[in-house]
Amino acid sequence: MSRQQLLDLYYLEARSKLIDVAAFLDRVERASGAGDFRWDAFKAALAQMQAATSARAEGVLNALSDPTTEPIPVATTKAACGAWPGRSAT
Amino acid sequence: MRYIEPHAHMVSRTTDDYQAMVVAGCAAVCEPAFWAGFDRSSAAGFYDYFCQLTEHEPRRAAKFGLPHYCWLCINPKEAEDVKLAQDVVALMPQFLERSNVLGIGEIGLNKNSRNELKVLELHVDLAARQNQLILVHTPHLEDKLKGTRLILDVLKADGRIKPERCLIDHVEEHTVKMVLDQGFWAGMTLYPETKCTAARAVDMIERYGSERLWMNSACDWGVSVPLAVPYAAQELRRRGHDAATIDRLVYQNPKRFLSQCSKFKLIEPTV
Ligand SMILES: [Zn+2]
Repeated sequence: MSRQQLLDLYYLEARSKLIDVAAFLDRVERASGAGDFRWDAFKAALAQMQAATSARAEGVLNALSDPTTEPIPVATTKAACGAWPGRSAT
Repeated sequence: MRYIEPHAHMVSRTTDDYQAMVVAGCAAVCEPAFWAGFDRSSAAGFYDYFCQLTEHEPRRAAKFGLPHYCWLCINPKEAEDVKLAQDVVALMPQFLERSNVLGIGEIGLNKNSRNELKVLELHVDLAARQNQLILVHTPHLEDKLKGTRLILDVLKADGRIKPERCLIDHVEEHTVKMVLDQGFWAGMTLYPETKCTAARAVDMIERYGSERLWMNSACDWGVSVPLAVPYAAQELRRRGHDAATIDRLVYQNPKRFLSQCSKFKLIEPTV
């Protein structure tokens, strides 16, 4: 599809999601308290949006991923939280 | 249109969902063994679950003329307990012979722990010994990248495993390429919040081709959409893909992979 056709198809939906992300950032900024590592991870992932590449989705996903390669000693939870706690420590 | 739902947890869905899927053109549904949302207390709980997947659920689907197939395993979310996993794996051979069982799945990793890896290797060994197809669950969110790498390493390290007989499910933009490059099939899961939207699935198809890819809903007891595959077909249509391409992705591709198990049969509609 042409760039024009894709804009016709997805622009309003993407615009709406972009404003949702902006409002989320404002909402968290306005709140008090320290937050946690997910906030730093989210901002690091946001930087990927400005990359001059056509692999931004991959960049965002990688920024939110555990980059290590060794298995963990034991699983203490079943859930994932969407960001890697180790990143803010490095 | 016609489609195959290659990954749905129908034990968690209503009969209305079966009806809606058939009305939307579903020609077969395949159900991998999964976590119940709580830990089963013993191997006997899995015995009952395997009976449900091989006896009860096919009967429920048959009321709508829908062939029901399944995959068996102890899923990665319950794989921290290696003794329990060994007991469950020991139960599996008697069920693997049943007529609607396609192979071992959905095995894989959840938190990428050492015990999960041991249990993955137990399943891979059973699949290799019995020449079973393999369906792999890759971890969620931040654990997916690392888990996918570890899983591919386990599969590649076992010389008996043929990549074309393994499907690595729940790929996203950061894992799809490594899966396809190493000769495996890849599954894209259309699941709200944690996995992939229809638009992103179409992006991946356009970037990486449609040779060894399928799409599924993975509908289960969570917020999920049993008709996600026909909705994705609609997205493909909106993006200008023709009927033959859509049929290849939602019907021919899953049929091609699943037909590597001789038990997988479709009732071809007579026109
Ligand atoms: Zn599943």
